[in-house]
Amino acid sequence: MKNIIEVQDLTKNYGDFAAVKGISFSVHEGEIFGFLGPNGAGKTTTINMLTGLARITSGSSTLLGYDLALETKKAQQVMGIVPDESNLYDELNGFENLCFAASLYGMERGKREARARRLLEQFGLADAEAKPFRAYSKGMKRKLTIAAGIIHEPKILFLDEPTTGIDVASARQIRNLILDLNASGTTVFLTTHYIEEAERLCHRIAFIVGGKIVKIGTVDELMSQAQDETIVQFKLDDGRAAGLDQALQARFPEFRAEFLSDDTLRIHSPIPISLMPFIQFFDEKGINVYEAKVIRPSLEDVFVKVTGIEIDKMSKEKEHRRR
Amino acid sequence: MRSHIAFWNILMKDMKTYYLKPPNISWGIIFPVAWTVMFFVRSETAIDIRGILPGVMSMSILFGTTSMLAVTITFERRQRSFERLLLAPIDLNLLMLAKTTGAILFGIVNAAIPVIFASFLTSLSGINWISAFLSVLLMAVTSTFLGLFIAVAVREVFEAQTFSNFFRFPMLFLCGLFIPVTDLPKVLRPLSYALPLTYGVDLLKQAINYEGHINPMISLVVLLSFSFILFALSLRNVRRKWIY
Repeated sequence: MKNIIEVQDLTKNYGDFAAVKGISFSVHEGEIFGFLGPNGAGKTTTINMLTGLARITSGSSTLLGYDLALETKKAQQVMGIVPDESNLYDELNGFENLCFAASLYGMERGKREARARRLLEQFGLADAEAKPFRAYSKGMKRKLTIAAGIIHEPKILFLDEPTTGIDVASARQIRNLILDLNASGTTVFLTTHYIEEAERLCHRIAFIVGGKIVKIGTVDELMSQAQDETIVQFKLDDGRAAGLDQALQARFPEFRAEFLSDDTLRIHSPIPISLMPFIQFFDEKGINVYEAKVIRPSLEDVFVKVTGIEIDKMSKEKEHRRR
Repeated sequence: MRSHIAFWNILMKDMKTYYLKPPNISWGIIFPVAWTVMFFVRSETAIDIRGILPGVMSMSILFGTTSMLAVTITFERRQRSFERLLLAPIDLNLLMLAKTTGAILFGIVNAAIPVIFASFLTSLSGINWISAFLSVLLMAVTSTFLGLFIAVAVREVFEAQTFSNFFRFPMLFLCGLFIPVTDLPKVLRPLSYALPLTYGVDLLKQAINYEGHINPMISLVVLLSFSFILFALSLRNVRRKWIY
């Protein structure tokens, strides 16, 4: 698989403070790569270094073969950037903002106007194209800012916290837009503090804490690394789960049983569990099994386990900072 | 990359968004009228329109250009929309030229307004128009780059305005507009010759009233040098402070 971004030992110091400490990673062409971490972890600093808004202290980074320290302007031609705050021009309307954004990439008038109209249509903003940006809702502003980021059809799109601070419906629309963009071939570099957003959208995720990448991999890889036991949950006849404790222990001494309620039972095991012996066991006891499912740790569990950071605290911090 | 498209659209966007707004148009009209009335009140006699024309034009340029940069640069930087420009594939020199060209044109138009007013009140025959235009252009460029230097040195719009006044008012009183440089106390004269406006005003006085006392070639070289140095320093500040 071709790498669109390659980063090696990337470091950023502000005086004595090291904001990013020698991180290395690559972003594959066509994927959605997530950067997940708390405030001050180094996410935005990394994006700034990759997009040319911050100077690299040491290390190397390339984007489509362009050295980001030496060929920043060439690299900027093929990247789209959507910052964490919608920073289009309040005085210009939606259509003018998109056309202006396109002109910064040297697009001819006819081409940029056609592309702007197409994007306004695609993003559901056609009816608001003549409204000044200042009159847009937060969700509309976010959508237009993303549209401005892709107006020149970049190879890679940097999205910094795209859904923070907007309503649920708009956030959902934006997530779908990101998936559509990716499906049409745009590589996406996404930072978010919404763990479920990362889990839903990203092919691969890097956890960054204190300027260092502590874990990187696909969602499945991250989850499997964190999974140190197999858990199977059974849904049984109401009131029949209780009282099975001793019989289960006697029949399956290597497993641990956990009774969640009168009809729900969990079996914990250090090795993969075969379901058939359990089905037979319940059948012998005349108990119906209505559901049997493997309980996997969520990405949130993995994040908490790897970083020791509580998600609620991270989200609240971010929202508070925004307000 | 067709850089001229980016340059032209940045300029047009600034024109539409900032320079052609009613408050700025009225500023361009009211400012020279106000200064002319002030000179009239001060003189207590019939006013010599042609005599005060270089002064009114110079002040219109100085205040018009330096005020606008605080908005087009500092305000956009504060709003983070300037980041959009820094992240675009445009050479920084070209970007800053695009952002300042509007102010230069605004300064030239500001200088033209008192000339238009004066044409209704007095004879403007004998003016060396080429030399006058060159003086206005050079003053507009230098003042704009002074405004740029201030705009990139501060964080807030009000700081830019305050800092601008720190330069503008001493310049006005020391550049020979109110008191000829040759009549200034000896201790202040070196300071006067260290100010770009002194050379611009002298060039303009020479073109309009044949009253200059500095060799025009020296004024030309000094103004170009000031422009170059202020632009280079501004770019250095942008690279150091905004691409951090």
